[in-house]
Amino acid sequence: MDRGMVVTNQEECKGCGLCVEACPPRVLRLSAGLNRYGYHPAEYSGSGCTGCGICYYACPEPGGITVERLVKVA
Amino acid sequence: MSSYAISHERAHAFYDHFERKGELPHQTHYCPGCGHGIVHKLLASAIDGLGVRDRTVLVSPVGCSVFAYYYFDTGNVQAAHGRAPAVATGIKRSRPDSIVVAYQGDGDLAAIGTAEIIHAANRGESMTVIFVNNGIYGMTGGQMAPTTPLGKQSTTSPGGREKWNDGYPVHVCELLNALDAPVYLERVSLGDNKQIMQAAKAIRRALEYQVKGLGFSLVEVLSPCPTIWKLTPVEAQKFVRDEMGALFVPGCVRDRGKEAEARPARAAAPALADVPRLIGLTSGEEAVPAAERDLDLRIKIAGFGGQGVLMLGEVLAEAGLEAGYEVSWLPSYGPEMRSGTSNCHVRIGRHPVDSPLVSRPNVLLALNEPSLRKFLPAVEPGGVAIYNGREVPEGCERDDVRLAAIPVTAIADGIGAGKVANIVMLGALLELCEVVDEERVRGALRRLIHNDRYYELDLAALERGREEGRKLAAEAYGWGV
Ligand SMILES: Cc1ncc(C[n+]2csc(CCOP(=O)(O)OP(=O)(O)O)c2C)c(N)n1
Ligand code: SF4
Ligand code: SF4
Ligand code: SF4
Repeated sequence: MDRGMVVTNQEECKGCGLCVEACPPRVLRLSAGLNRYGYHPAEYSGSGCTGCGICYYACPEPGGITVERLVKVA
Repeated sequence: MSSYAISHERAHAFYDHFERKGELPHQTHYCPGCGHGIVHKLLASAIDGLGVRDRTVLVSPVGCSVFAYYYFDTGNVQAAHGRAPAVATGIKRSRPDSIVVAYQGDGDLAAIGTAEIIHAANRGESMTVIFVNNGIYGMTGGQMAPTTPLGKQSTTSPGGREKWNDGYPVHVCELLNALDAPVYLERVSLGDNKQIMQAAKAIRRALEYQVKGLGFSLVEVLSPCPTIWKLTPVEAQKFVRDEMGALFVPGCVRDRGKEAEARPARAAAPALADVPRLIGLTSGEEAVPAAERDLDLRIKIAGFGGQGVLMLGEVLAEAGLEAGYEVSWLPSYGPEMRSGTSNCHVRIGRHPVDSPLVSRPNVLLALNEPSLRKFLPAVEPGGVAIYNGREVPEGCERDDVRLAAIPVTAIADGIGAGKVANIVMLGALLELCEVVDEERVRGALRRLIHNDRYYELDLAALERGREEGRKLAAEAYGWGV
């Protein structure tokens, strides 16, 4: 299991690509498809996220990106 | 067992839905890759982190971020262009427990709002200023800002910014660093991940200092405007890091957070009910009477400095106010000030004053000859003019004006104080034309004259003036009509 998990909001995303550029392990990419507003939204390639949270800060949209981290539960 | 838990999500300081965007209730109105969005996010995280959302008031500017109030679920005020620090001052002073953030662009802060930011900083107002420097006017379509780099083209510097024509880019942090009061000044940048994380820290620190009650903090954020710069978001980010960063070097310019004292809480403003007493209005509680007569007095008072010209006007206006009239008092500072003459315009009437300027008086009080010569021709037919002298000087005839000569200075000297000549003239006026009741005049004098001896002298002067006025009225002296 990866240490982190990232969820991009496909409708909120404006496809600026800043998160793609910011992600250290480069696990984000712009989707080939378009969202309702005509942007290529960012998406997670599916593995390798460290949960660092950098993409969250690099993204200009308030709810564009949500980051999760692996935690131990009893 | 392990599972995923959210570590970074939409800040609570943002509204869940953005009312403005019916169709896109989660998107801001900013262009893709715009630095404002990132700065909003850093600010919202800091507000959340410090737990101050409920008492934060955000003052949004004019510029692309004018709609910040649609996004932040805090108190919001939108200020006129450049005035955010002045508005923030008012909010902070009247609500000292609030956390006040002035959010401004570089056109807003460093061009039209230069005075406001400098003086708010100089007063050490306890506020946090977030200064988004994108080197251009974004909202209006790309005009040169004071922060535009030399050589950079804009719609108002089509040949590139040129130092001899346009001056040099303004370094706001360094400029404010010349002042004593600011607590914290730092320039950060959104040029790469490290810089963004540093920006987050600085914004949080600036807010934290305010929570601690310290004074003025400003964080300048070098921020991309991909649209106007005509760069992709990623290129714009690099431009911020490399070119803006070379011109405006990021770094902490001042941090006095450790040694700064908490700004003392200001004494609460006096209750409204106490204000009349504080400014010496003893009659503050009385109801304003309804104006009794249908007056429309347009009074011009003129003489030389020291004759009490302005004071006479003030007494008249105050008396009129007390009697329930609409009044205005306008001291006139024309070029004649230099030759030592002085005049004022007073209006007393039943109807609201349309203009405080009196260019066609129906009452002229001329305390010296040049004033009579200058203003008598303007007096309305049927008006009254009183001149300070034994007789009307030659060449000052007006058949259609009731013109009286009373040597008020000589009379005042007789009472023992030449200074009350103006009040002698006022006494005469009360006899010669319908003005306000003497009782109102006495009330006005009592309010304006704090020294009891002068007040008594003024009452004596008023009475002497009335005597002179009565004599003249009885003799039907030089009435020209
Ligand atoms: C009194 C006044 N003058 C001029 C304007 C026009 N105006 C609107 S925004 C703006 C400049 C905005 O630039 P900046 O502060 O850098 O903000 P940005 O849009 O780049 O974020 C100007 C001059 C105005 N709205 N009001
Ligand atoms: S959290 Fe870090 S590793 Fe994961 S997608 Fe975002 S930037 Fe990449
Ligand atoms: S930074 Fe945000 S808006 Fe830009 S592409 Fe990534 S998710 Fe979309
Ligand atoms: S014009 Fe520039 S500053 Fe304004 S929203 Fe677009 S990118 Fe941002």
